[in-house]
Amino acid sequence: MDDSVVLTNVWAAILAFAVFMYVVMDGFDLGIGILFPIFGVGRERDTAMNSIAPVWDGNETWLVLGGGGLMAAFPLAYGIVMSALYAPIIAMLLALVFRGVAFEFRWRDPAHRPIWDFAFTAGSITAALAQGITLGALLQGIEVEGRHYAGGWWDWLTPFSLLTGFSVLSAYSLLGACWLNWKTDGETQKHARRLMRIWAPVTLGCILAVSAYTPFMGDQYWDRWFSMPRVLITAQVPLIICFLTWRFVRSLRRDYELAPFVLTLAVFGLSFAGLGISMYPYLIPNSITLADAAAPASSQAFMLVGASILVPLILAYTAWSYWVFRGKVAHEGYH
Amino acid sequence: MFHDADALLLARFQFAFTISFHFIFPAFSIGLASYLAVLEALWLKTGKALYLDLYKYWLKIFAITFAMGVVSGIVMSYQFGTNWAVFSDRAGPVVGPLMAYEVLTAFFLEAGFLGVMLFGMQKVGKRLHFFATLMVAIGTFISAFWIISVNSWMQTPTGYAINGDGQFVPAAGWLPIIFNPSFPYRLVHTVIAAYLTTALAVGAAGAWHLLKNADHAHARKMFSMAMWMAALVAPVQVFVGDLHGLNTLEHQPAKVMAMEGHYQSHPHGAPLILFGIPKDGEQRMEHVIEVPKLSSLILKHDADAPLAGLDSIKPENRPPVKVVFWSFRVMVGLGLLMLLLGVCSLVARAAKKLYDWRWLHRFALVMGPSGFIAVVAGWVTTEVGRQPFTVYGLMRTAESASPLAAPAVATSLIVFVIVYFAVFGMGTWYLFRLMAKAPQPHESDPPNAPAHAAGITPAPAMQSGTNNAVKGPETTHG
Repeated sequence: MDDSVVLTNVWAAILAFAVFMYVVMDGFDLGIGILFPIFGVGRERDTAMNSIAPVWDGNETWLVLGGGGLMAAFPLAYGIVMSALYAPIIAMLLALVFRGVAFEFRWRDPAHRPIWDFAFTAGSITAALAQGITLGALLQGIEVEGRHYAGGWWDWLTPFSLLTGFSVLSAYSLLGACWLNWKTDGETQKHARRLMRIWAPVTLGCILAVSAYTPFMGDQYWDRWFSMPRVLITAQVPLIICFLTWRFVRSLRRDYELAPFVLTLAVFGLSFAGLGISMYPYLIPNSITLADAAAPASSQAFMLVGASILVPLILAYTAWSYWVFRGKVAHEGYH
Repeated sequence: MFHDADALLLARFQFAFTISFHFIFPAFSIGLASYLAVLEALWLKTGKALYLDLYKYWLKIFAITFAMGVVSGIVMSYQFGTNWAVFSDRAGPVVGPLMAYEVLTAFFLEAGFLGVMLFGMQKVGKRLHFFATLMVAIGTFISAFWIISVNSWMQTPTGYAINGDGQFVPAAGWLPIIFNPSFPYRLVHTVIAAYLTTALAVGAAGAWHLLKNADHAHARKMFSMAMWMAALVAPVQVFVGDLHGLNTLEHQPAKVMAMEGHYQSHPHGAPLILFGIPKDGEQRMEHVIEVPKLSSLILKHDADAPLAGLDSIKPENRPPVKVVFWSFRVMVGLGLLMLLLGVCSLVARAAKKLYDWRWLHRFALVMGPSGFIAVVAGWVTTEVGRQPFTVYGLMRTAESASPLAAPAVATSLIVFVIVYFAVFGMGTWYLFRLMAKAPQPHESDPPNAPAHAAGITPAPAMQSGTNNAVKGPETTHG
């Protein structure tokens, strides 16, 4: 392989990592927003909110890296995907505005707190749905002519994209509940455990439905999963997911605190790897490959120098910031 | 119904609207982060509780400003793709990596340390907390560095080649791209603008509380610090602005012609048009008040030097004079008023009346929002002045947009306008409410700190001010 092919694959891996980091870190964060109305007004809501207040901004930065990195490393795909998914992307951005400011505003304005709590929830739900719809719309394919998006502005809306939208909503809810099970105690924790028992089977059902649907959307998906000898490797993905599900059920029964969160992330990690199997080497199914969309090697190499130094550094100080706010979150907002 | 031209115009409105709104917040948070770092350093050095009180007071304001800057900034990072797909495809290989570096070096740094800065006072040591404040402050500056580099490259593109797909790609190395000709001037001008904007906002808050209680120690301190900043930095800004203008004359003469209102060339010295009504349709100025030959003197340092006008530029390459002419005058006018405020504060300080002259406090109060207005006016000048290009001289705005149907863009624009005015309107109101309250001894922390339940509670770093509470009105500096 020549250098530019290696670079392109490395950048695909880095961006996949950024997107997965985003799902890992903002998933529970958005999940808490989705579950917010279920929590009692007052203590329970304040506790849930406070558990993510110091970290939400850093979590969303991975989304900016995903977008900015896509523009830098695969500018053609960035332009086509963003204009094809105009409505869900704009909806997601506006939703993130609402839920982002709610963190500060709800404390500044007790009289209007119900409004900002609603903004927090509506923003979180809309962002999760929009992200899932974006994923589904990408998987089902985007109409491209030359170097432009050639479809209409409602093409993204299909039963499949709605299914993936709901799947992501469900997955984030589960992550949010798992996070609270870890970070809180008492009534809030019990509440979180009940929610985990609801959202875990729903999420598993969603993963099954999307997995079952995808191979029938086109021969290429079928081939990537079931042709010999690929199937010997790809078959490991569902097998490991079965194993992890069993461990998850066991950790629920034994009231473990951290294990459900980690196991859920592991399941999502594998689902994400499954997406990779479905997509590679395409960035936009059947029309734009990674190589088609890649920025010149000089651009990718320039960024790789920075990324290989900075990403480990970022992970280190992000970990430190989580460490500072480790442990269970108390009910008091401040002292 | 709608046509392509409408879709383009709507996309331009949307970008202008969202970027103008967005930039107001970083203009404040770049300056505030540095101000907070200074306050915390002074507290650590002197141990005076007053500085910690001021720190906590402005920290709460910073938290809201920063949150609004983050969420409006995420919009910008995706809007290049949603609305300017062709630009993203073609210029992405050059500007994309610079923006990726902004995320990697600045956004993560700010976000990673913001939590500790806002909520970590009780959890980490004093020095580590100061380090977090410093990292956030440095992060805001690094962010400005990269994004201004991107903007400057679009204004004065250098170091590029064009490949077979029509993409701009780096020709030889990245330094000529990053340090393009207008970058140093624009960076310094913008960062100083942020400092000045913050100084005026802080000064106005101080003035407001001095007007209510001239003995208020905290109000005195912040008013004094802000007026020092205004007095020292406003003249520097005028000087840097002049250099930036000369740089623009060299690289984007059409923009300067629009700023000056020079439709016609002046072979024997051009007048400085103070006021007039630009008529783009007829390409001439009406009702002009002008000083003969002064423009040539300022721009060429020679009263009789010839100065070309827009008649020397192809009609399809001319920027709209109407907007640029006025936005430039708004910026310069406000800049001169800032200079005046700085001078007045120096006079008051010399006369030992800094806290007594109520007209000075009223003047500073009125000037509170002037930085924000000047900053937006300045950006309007430089962005409208480089039209009709996105990459100056090389790629037209008209060929940069995404192939979107006009109703899609119209809908998103309407929603952006409604949401931004509602959300950021409320946010601004909360900022005013916080500033309307005077800083207190034992100023509280931000309210939403995640307290720990039990077990791990590191030694509180900051048992604030119990030993060294405010000792009467602070003595003045100078």
